[in-house]
Amino acid sequence: MSTTTTTTELVETKKSDGLTAVAANYIDERTSISTAVKELGRKIFPDHWSFLLGEVALYSFVIILLSGSFLTFFFSASMAPVQYDGSYVPLKGVEMSAAMSSSLDISFDIRGGLLMRQVHHWAALLFVAAIGLHMLRIYFTGAFRKPRELNWVIGFILFILAMAEGFTGYSLPDDLLSGNGLRIIDGMVKGIPLVGTWISYLLFGGEFPGEAIVGRLYSLHILLLPAIIVALIAMHLLFVVVHKHTQYPGAGRTNQNVVGYPVLPVYAAKAGGFFFIVFGVVMLMASLFTINPIWNYGPYDPSPVSAGTQPDWYIGFADGALRLIPPGLEFVWLDHTFSFNILIPLVSLGLFILVVLIYPFIEAWVTGDKREHHILDRPRNAPTRTAIGAAGVTFYAALWATASSDIIATHFSVTMEGVIHTMQFLTIVGPFIAFFVAKRVCLALQKKDREIVLHGYESGRIVRLPGGEYIEVHQPIDEYERWKLVSYSDYKPLMIRPNAQGKITTGQKLRAGMSRWFFEDRIEPVGSAELEQSHGDHH
Amino acid sequence: MTTIKKPKSPGGRKAGRRHPLSSVALIAIGLLFTGGAYAAFSTSTASAETSATSQQTIGEGKKLFAANCATCHGLAAQGTGSGPSLIGVGAAAVDFQVGTGRMPMQMDGPQAQKKAVQFTDEQIATLAAYVSSLAPGPGLPEAKLLDEKGDAAKGAELFRINCAMCHNVAGAGGALTEGKFAPSLEGVTSKHIYEAMVTGPQSMPVFNEMNISPESKRDIITYLKYLENNPSPGGYALGSLGPVSEGLFLWIFGLGTIVALTVWITAKSN
Repeated sequence: MSTTTTTTELVETKKSDGLTAVAANYIDERTSISTAVKELGRKIFPDHWSFLLGEVALYSFVIILLSGSFLTFFFSASMAPVQYDGSYVPLKGVEMSAAMSSSLDISFDIRGGLLMRQVHHWAALLFVAAIGLHMLRIYFTGAFRKPRELNWVIGFILFILAMAEGFTGYSLPDDLLSGNGLRIIDGMVKGIPLVGTWISYLLFGGEFPGEAIVGRLYSLHILLLPAIIVALIAMHLLFVVVHKHTQYPGAGRTNQNVVGYPVLPVYAAKAGGFFFIVFGVVMLMASLFTINPIWNYGPYDPSPVSAGTQPDWYIGFADGALRLIPPGLEFVWLDHTFSFNILIPLVSLGLFILVVLIYPFIEAWVTGDKREHHILDRPRNAPTRTAIGAAGVTFYAALWATASSDIIATHFSVTMEGVIHTMQFLTIVGPFIAFFVAKRVCLALQKKDREIVLHGYESGRIVRLPGGEYIEVHQPIDEYERWKLVSYSDYKPLMIRPNAQGKITTGQKLRAGMSRWFFEDRIEPVGSAELEQSHGDHH
Repeated sequence: MTTIKKPKSPGGRKAGRRHPLSSVALIAIGLLFTGGAYAAFSTSTASAETSATSQQTIGEGKKLFAANCATCHGLAAQGTGSGPSLIGVGAAAVDFQVGTGRMPMQMDGPQAQKKAVQFTDEQIATLAAYVSSLAPGPGLPEAKLLDEKGDAAKGAELFRINCAMCHNVAGAGGALTEGKFAPSLEGVTSKHIYEAMVTGPQSMPVFNEMNISPESKRDIITYLKYLENNPSPGGYALGSLGPVSEGLFLWIFGLGTIVALTVWITAKSN
């Protein structure tokens, strides 16, 4: 093996003597990088727009790293009081923390500073949004199934970490808006029984707001969190390479192959170009649209709160949960205050996050399916999963929308109380409605697909038969299209079987119950026998 | 119409009020009075009282009041079940409410809405003269308090502490309970901002001279006008509504553009 390699290399060296070839050879002889390039360069990726969403998140993260590094050159993470003496007139002479003052200097007195701040913030919003959309794509196409369950977990932790990064960053300028956000976090922490107050004092180094929090958040924001995120992104991408990319069903695509283009030269060029496109979009937004105008908010002071104080969009669901809680859920028992107005949102959001995190394992347990899946489901072909997703999205969206209840009230001329009550209803009943509707829509679409496979599509051509009867001609569907419509895996509800001891355990019963709930309503894919028969009917 | 009531006609002894030119002369005098009264009024100080306005103007104001306001506020402005008493609200309240079109109210609702102004400046002045003649109250602000040349930084600080919780830090407005709201302050004249602070229209509290001195009010107006006259340094401000409009923009336009571009990149070439 080694000898052959050496000979080929020798041959190569003799053959090419251009500068590039010599340099490439020099590097390869010392790093053996050609094996990696060969392996990676021939990696095939399928082509679909929704496969680029994760890439968008990655690129936003790169933009965040670049612009964030610039900001660290000028930001001072200190809460020491200073008098602002920069060039923004309506804050001249106002006392504020060094953090706020340096953020204002970045905005007004450092060349390109405001642009970089806005690039950083818009890219952060885009980062989390792209992760969210990417996650929805993964969920609704069933890409989290074996062997990709762990990558789902890594991705979801990345989503949570991205939110943490966003929130710590949002709090750094120490302006009025971010200070109010921290105050809410402080209130939530203090709402935890027994330990809440202790944790809050530990976090803020004394009574809120103290003089420590900005420095601490800064360490998390630029050191710990980014390091974990980079490591997890590396693992996430490594898994994508190891597992190979999933693909949508279609003619010629099987569980054993990947149909698409190789990384080199096609995807390397496309992805490289796409990075600059994403960068360009972020730059355009940052140069044309204001984001987080800290000069309007002014320095943090615990007394004022502005109307329309909201967190950035990705924390909105938590803010909304707090707004939805009806009053009167707080009581004193054994000399301790129990704040259920805070505990209920904390616990229900925690449960929601947990269920999303472990969903792949839940579904794997219910289906009992141990096979690997590299072909994506069309959402309609997994009606119950799609319906659960729709319910989850509705729940999240209702909480999220509630975070802007005051803006909804003023801009649609409705009452604040009306908005809150409507959202309370939607948060609880909405997911059930969404589940039912989504499931029925999926089943109906499956029926339509079946109909098209068996009887062709309506051509719109009306023919009069000799007997006077009018019929519409149904055109048979072409084979490539048909493949897409019939090739999906169909599950039947599991049967309860006694185990080796001849017993039926509670776990078994639960599993069978879940399985029935998942798969009792199903439309079977058209089989070849059925297809033959339908053809026989027509011709 | 109003001239008929005037006791003396300057037309002449013989023809008296039947002289062909008498009505023209009467109108001229009427206008002179109203105009003069208005001029005297608008230059009067914040603490100025009704002494400068003539009985004439008050009488005219009373008529306008009876025709347009008394249905809700009562014939003597004493208030009824559908409108509050206006005794002691002062000229500033009338000038604000009528001058911004909130009064007369178009319809019942959580709060009176701003709309096209229904009266001329002169009519508003006569109405104000009438209402302020009933009992002393806050008068119109002095012009020097409205010059927008105060300390914007101090004004901004005062605005954040006293006003931002309803009107938002950038004066973009905000929601209150039961369908009421704090309106946006963009485009509101300095005079009306000042009058609102001293009279506390609708849900707004009164900020009297003990709370916020006239000079501090001048600073607040200076800050608001600074915001209005200087576009946001960061580009288009998205309504200055904060993270909600930013998030909405990002999802619809930012991510929308990106998704459109991903579709374009992966589109099959023909």
